[in-house]
Amino acid sequence: MRRFKDRLALWLGALCAVLAMIPLISILYEVVKNGASTINVDFLTAAPGVIGQPGGGIGPAIQGTLILVGLTIIIGVPLGVLSGIYLSEFGDNPVGRTIRFLNDVLAEFPSVVIGVVIFTLIVLTLRSFSVVAGAFDLSIIMLPVVTRSTEESLKLVPNSIRDASIALGIRRWRTTLSVVLTTAKSGVVTGILLAIARVAGESAPLVFTILGSQYFFSGLSSPMDALPLRIYRLALLPYPYAQAQGWGAALVLILMVLVVNIGVRLATRGRLYSKRSRA
Amino acid sequence: MSNCLSLQKLLEGLKHPSSDGFFRYGSLAFAGSVVAIIVLSLVVLAQGAFPTLTKFGVSFLTGTNWDAATGFGALPYILGTLLTALIAIIIGVPISLGIAIFLAEMAPDVIRVVVSNIVELLAAVPSIIYGLWGLYVLRIWVANYVQAPIQGSFGFLPIFSGTSYGLNFLTAGLILAIMIIPTIASISREVMVSVPTSQREAAYSVGATRWEVVRMSVLSYSRSGIFGAAILGLGRAIGETMAVTLVIGGASGASALPTSLFRPGQTMATILVNQLSEAESGSLQLAALLGIGLVLFAIAFAINVVAQLLVWRVLKVQGGAVE
Amino acid sequence: MQTEKKQSLSSEGVVQPLKTLENSKVRTEDLNAWYGNNQVLKKLNIEAREHSVTAIIGPSGCGKSTFIRCLNRMHELVPKAKTSGRVILDGSDIYANGVDPVTIRRRVGMVFQKPNPFPTMSVYDNVAAGLKLNGERNHAVLDRAVQRSLELAFLWDEVKGDLDKSGASLSGGQQQRLCIARALAVEPEVILMDEPCSALDPTATAKIEELIASIKGNYTVVIVTHNMQQAARVSDFTAFLYLGQLIEYGETTSLFENPVEELTERYLTGKFG
Repeated sequence: MRRFKDRLALWLGALCAVLAMIPLISILYEVVKNGASTINVDFLTAAPGVIGQPGGGIGPAIQGTLILVGLTIIIGVPLGVLSGIYLSEFGDNPVGRTIRFLNDVLAEFPSVVIGVVIFTLIVLTLRSFSVVAGAFDLSIIMLPVVTRSTEESLKLVPNSIRDASIALGIRRWRTTLSVVLTTAKSGVVTGILLAIARVAGESAPLVFTILGSQYFFSGLSSPMDALPLRIYRLALLPYPYAQAQGWGAALVLILMVLVVNIGVRLATRGRLYSKRSRA
Repeated sequence: MSNCLSLQKLLEGLKHPSSDGFFRYGSLAFAGSVVAIIVLSLVVLAQGAFPTLTKFGVSFLTGTNWDAATGFGALPYILGTLLTALIAIIIGVPISLGIAIFLAEMAPDVIRVVVSNIVELLAAVPSIIYGLWGLYVLRIWVANYVQAPIQGSFGFLPIFSGTSYGLNFLTAGLILAIMIIPTIASISREVMVSVPTSQREAAYSVGATRWEVVRMSVLSYSRSGIFGAAILGLGRAIGETMAVTLVIGGASGASALPTSLFRPGQTMATILVNQLSEAESGSLQLAALLGIGLVLFAIAFAINVVAQLLVWRVLKVQGGAVE
Repeated sequence: MQTEKKQSLSSEGVVQPLKTLENSKVRTEDLNAWYGNNQVLKKLNIEAREHSVTAIIGPSGCGKSTFIRCLNRMHELVPKAKTSGRVILDGSDIYANGVDPVTIRRRVGMVFQKPNPFPTMSVYDNVAAGLKLNGERNHAVLDRAVQRSLELAFLWDEVKGDLDKSGASLSGGQQQRLCIARALAVEPEVILMDEPCSALDPTATAKIEELIASIKGNYTVVIVTHNMQQAARVSDFTAFLYLGQLIEYGETTSLFENPVEELTERYLTGKFG
C-alpha cells in the first residue's frame, strides 16, 4: 500500500509537469503554425494598411520595440547597476535591507499600475502620448530586475578579490568598478539581457503611454507603435487578415524573447550560477 | 558601541570628503530611487483619485454602476479580480506543488533539466501572446469541452449560467493559472531544495518511502515558504492584464458582476486597459479609473509585502546559500 | 647588531615595552583590537626592524592574522571591528586623525593565505593593477614595473613568454608569486604576509621562502606562520603570541634555542597548538 502511494505520487507529479508543458507546446505550435505564413520582408518592414483591408505590415511596431528597448537600456541600466552595486557593496545595514525589500516588492508589481502612474505623470501633463513616457515606464519596470540580478552577481565575487585590491591601496570605488564589476561582468550582462527580454514583451503599460500608431517613429514626444501593442490592436479587430497578422507579429515577438532567453541559458549552462527564475 | 563607531566614521568622512564617500552615497541615491518610485506612485494615484473618492466616498467600493450620472462603483471589477485570481490559485497551486515536488524530489536528472527549463520558459512568454493564444485557442477549448458539457448537465445552477462562447471568468482564471504556475513552482522548489539533507536522512533512516519522506520532512518544513510562493502567485494573478483582457469579454457596470463562471466580466486591471487611454482629462471617470489604480496598487503592495516576508524568512534563514 | 632585550612577561603579567628602537620600521604601542565586544589583541608592543623579516607565531586563534591586518588598516574594514593604541610607521602613527588609510596601504602591502589573483585579468594586468588603477598610464613605466616585480618574485622566467594569459591559469605556487609580484609593483616599504605558504606544496613553499630571503634587503617583511620550522628558516626576529598577548619577542635563533618563557618553550616543543 505504501509502495503504491509512493508510485502514485510519482505519477501525479509527472502528470502535473505534463499539464504545465502542454500550454507552452500549444502556444509555440499555434504561433508558428499561424504566423509563419505571414512572415516575409514586406510584412516586417511595411507600415500597417487601412483598417479593414488586408495588406500592410508591422514595420513601425518592430522599429518601435527596438527604439523603446534602446531608450530603456539607456535609462534603466545605469540606474539598476548602480543600485545593485550599492546593495551588494554597502547594503548590509537597515537602510540597505529596506531598499532591498522594497526593490523585491516593486519587482513583482503589476506593470499596469506603473503604466497608470506614468500616464498621470507624463501623458496627462504633457497632453500627449509619447515615446518618452513609454521609455520611463519600461525603465521603472526594468529597474528592480536589473538591481536584483546585479546585486546577486556582485555577491558571487569572493571577498578575497576585494581584499586583494584594497590591500594594494586601490580606493573602494575603483575596486568596485574596475575589479569587482569586471569579475562579475557576465552575470550582470546576463541579468540585463533577461530584463530586456521581459520588458520587450510588456504591453499593458504601453497602452497608456505610447498609445500605438500607424506610422513609423516620429519624435520622442509623439505616440509610437510597438510589437506587443500591435498584437493587441490586431487581436481586437474582427478581420481574418488582422488575425493572421497578429499571429505573425506574435511569432516575431516570441522569437525575439525566446532567442534571448535560450541564448542566455545556454551561455551560462556551465557556471555554478544560482539565479531565482522570477522572470 | 557600533552605532557610535559608524557615526564617528560618518563625521570623519564629512570632514574629509573622499571619492569613496561620494561613491557610497551616490549609489545609495540611485538605490533609493526604488523607494521614491513607490512613494511617488502612491501620491500620484491618491491625488488623481481624490475627486471621485470625495464625491462618492465608500460607495466607490461598493457601488456597481459605472457612469457619470449615477456614479462610479468599482465593486464588480474588484470582485472580478478576486474571482479570476481565486480560480487561478485553486487550479494553479496544486499543479505547481506537484511540479515542484516532482522536480525537487522525484524526477531523474535528465527529465528534471528538461522539465524545469520548459517551465521556466513558460514564464518568459509575454502576456500578450498568452492573450492571443487564449483568445483563439483556449477559449474554443473551454467553450466546447468545459462550458458546453457543464451547462448541458448543470446549466440550471446560477453559477454556470450565461452564454459567452468562452470569453468569460473561467477562461480568464484558467489563463492566469497557467501564467502563475512557473512562479509558484520555481519558488516552492527552491524552498524544498533548501530543506537540510539531515531532515530527509532522518526520515529515510526509519524506513520511509520517498513519498513519505517528502510528506514528513520536506513539506512540513517548507510550509510557510510554499505559502509565500502561493501568495506571490496570487499577486501576479491580481495584476495580470493583457492576457485577461483578451479573454474575459469586457463587460461593464452592474453586468460585470461575477455571478457566474461563464459570464463575460471585467477585472480592475482590464477596465484600466479598456478605458484609461480614452478618459477625458479632469473627468470623474478618469478619477474613478485612477481610484481603481489606487486600489490595485494597495492590494498588490500588501500582497507582495506579505509574500516577500514569508519567502524571505524561509529562504534566508533555512537556505544558507543566500547571505 | 645591537644586544637584544627579549620581551617578557613581568610578574604582574604586563608586557614591558621594548628598550631598543633603532632601525624600527613599524612598531605598535599598546595595540588593542576587537571584533564587536570580543577583544582579540591585548596591549601589543611589537616592532619590525627595517630590512629584516619578523615572524609572528602562535597557536590558532591567538590573533596573528588580526595583528598584521592592523598594520595596514585592513582590520577596520570588518564590520564592528575596532582598534585602539598606536601603530608607528617611520615615526608617525598610522591611526592618527586625518590619516588616509589608502595611502598607508600603498606603503604597507599584503599577501594573503590563499592566492587571489584577479580572475579576469592577465598576468601582466594583475601585476600592473596597483599602478594602473591608481592612475599610471605610461606604458613604459608599467612594462618596467611589471618585469621588475616578476623578477623579484622569481616568476619572470616562467611567464615572460606569455604575459597575456589569464592569471588564474597558473599553478598554485605561481599564483602566489604572482600575488607577491602584484604587491611589490606598487613599491611598498613593508610587506605583510599572512601564512602565504599554507595552501602550497613544499616545492612551491621553498621557492617563496627563497624569494623572501632575497627581497628582505630592500623591504621590511612581517610574516605570519603556523609553521615553526618556517619561522626558524626565514625570519630574523620572532614574536610569539598567545590568546592575543605577546608572550615573547626576540632574535629568532635565541628565541628558538633558549626561549625565556615556559609557554614559549611548550609551544616550540609541540606540547600544544
